[in-house]
Amino acid sequence: MKQLSVFLENAPGHLARMTRLLGEAGHNMYALMTADTADYGVVRVICDDPDAAAQTLRDRDITAQVHEVCAVAVPDRPGGLSDLLDTIAEASIDISYCYCFVHPSCSDAVTVFRLSDSEATVVLETAGYRIVELEDFNA
Amino acid sequence: MLDEREQCLSREERDVVQADLLHKLCRHVYDHVDTYRKKFDEFDIDPASINTVGDIASLPFTVKDDLRAAYPYKMFAAPMDDIVRVHSSSGTTGQVSVVGYTQRDLDMWSRLVARALDAAGATAADIMQISYGYGLFTGGLGLHYGTEHLGATAIPVSGGNTQRQIQILRDFGVTGIAATPSYAVLIAETAQKLGVDLRELPIRFGIFGAEPWSNALRAQIEEAFGLEAFDIYGLSEILGPGVGFECHEHDGLHINEDHFLIEILDTETLAPVADGTYGEVVFTTLTKEGIPLLRYRTRDISRIVAGDCACGRTTRRLERITGRSDDMLIIRGVNVYPSQIEQVLLDVAQVAPHYQIVLSKKGALDDVEVRVELDPQVDFDEIRSLERITNIVKDALASALAISVRVKLVESGTITRSEGKAQRLVDLRNAEEEGEKR
Repeated sequence: MKQLSVFLENAPGHLARMTRLLGEAGHNMYALMTADTADYGVVRVICDDPDAAAQTLRDRDITAQVHEVCAVAVPDRPGGLSDLLDTIAEASIDISYCYCFVHPSCSDAVTVFRLSDSEATVVLETAGYRIVELEDFNA
Repeated sequence: MLDEREQCLSREERDVVQADLLHKLCRHVYDHVDTYRKKFDEFDIDPASINTVGDIASLPFTVKDDLRAAYPYKMFAAPMDDIVRVHSSSGTTGQVSVVGYTQRDLDMWSRLVARALDAAGATAADIMQISYGYGLFTGGLGLHYGTEHLGATAIPVSGGNTQRQIQILRDFGVTGIAATPSYAVLIAETAQKLGVDLRELPIRFGIFGAEPWSNALRAQIEEAFGLEAFDIYGLSEILGPGVGFECHEHDGLHINEDHFLIEILDTETLAPVADGTYGEVVFTTLTKEGIPLLRYRTRDISRIVAGDCACGRTTRRLERITGRSDDMLIIRGVNVYPSQIEQVLLDVAQVAPHYQIVLSKKGALDDVEVRVELDPQVDFDEIRSLERITNIVKDALASALAISVRVKLVESGTITRSEGKAQRLVDLRNAEEEGEKR
């Protein structure tokens, strides 16, 4: 799945401006996660059209990129996520970051990973997990 | 008063002394320093034609680039056999100027620092804590030898280890301290934290210099230590501390005019300005042997304090330095050029060469933040990659500048672009004291 990533200064109004620009351009966001330091933050967004959203922001001089991340459906039950994480750990795959959200079109929770191994999706699919694609939300 | 005769010459006597020394100096540098022989020849100046103080106006200038081009020894006027010491301007890569001293130079320097101490009321009975850094920097050794020359006791503690500084201040019967003003404030703040009341100690005077400081800071230091603070002026190219110093009147720095010829020149036309008018400070070393300099442009902006000083010295007084005419920064006593920072950033692929330097005070010390734009092409999605970039920039700056700085990555396009001279520097260090300046 493609994810929009935005580099923002950690200062009042920057996140507001970014989301307003996306809203005015008609982009719908499904999930948003911030990683912050004292000086700056990286905002990660799952939205309907990440490439167009990134272009919208770059046109307004906001540093935006699109990255491939791994979105996995997680059974919505106690222990569901830890089972998934065990699978990843057993394959010795590093997790750079992850975040979870739910979407009305999907009965399972969705966990987004940035993983060290590009073959990770194969490992997860082999273990029986379903990889979620943007089309699943946009349908 | 030490050297009362030399420090109290009439204007006529001074002009005779300076003219004689200047005449000999021109001959000497023409014969011994390639840089000067070329300059004299280029402007078709006969060194023998310089006979009065006024004739100096026809002499060529010396600028910092001349010294850099002469790195390390090419402008020395004495053979290395006679050079007994070298110092250099604050250790910044590629920008260092090296100065050499003969034994006679060191004796002269010690004497002039002793004059400064004497003007602060010091005698052979005093115990001086030298808290300037010792090394290539002229502050520590300059004050050290001056103290010994006066016959006072020098405690060569150097800078750093602030708790030990306070222990020595308390236990060694220290009556005078020499330090940068910012370090003096740090010592005072630390003493307060440790519950040591410096005002109860015997210390009664301090010699502070090597960086610009405001009257507000002076008041703060005097209050915290219970001492009288004296400014001392100098630059390594000319001598080091002791080119000028304050007396009890605290109304400008008496320039040792029997050794240095001072000019204040209009910053645009480079024509002499009247006493009391601001201009660029230009020095000629009249007696130095190791590396004598003609009309060295300091880039410091100041003026001559008009009128006579109540202390009795007739040497002209330079008002405390309020600004520089170029963009060199003094950060924690180290000379830093924005161009050096630019050079470092150009070498780091992950950042754009758009930057801003923000100087502020963190407690007593200078705090440096370099704001630099992230290259929008760099994969920034993982925080660790951003931290890596920050560290690369930080390490590169630290090794090039010899000071540690904070690096702040900012969004691309947020640093103001300029078509002319870029506003690279935001100096907030004296912002709160601006109203106090004369």
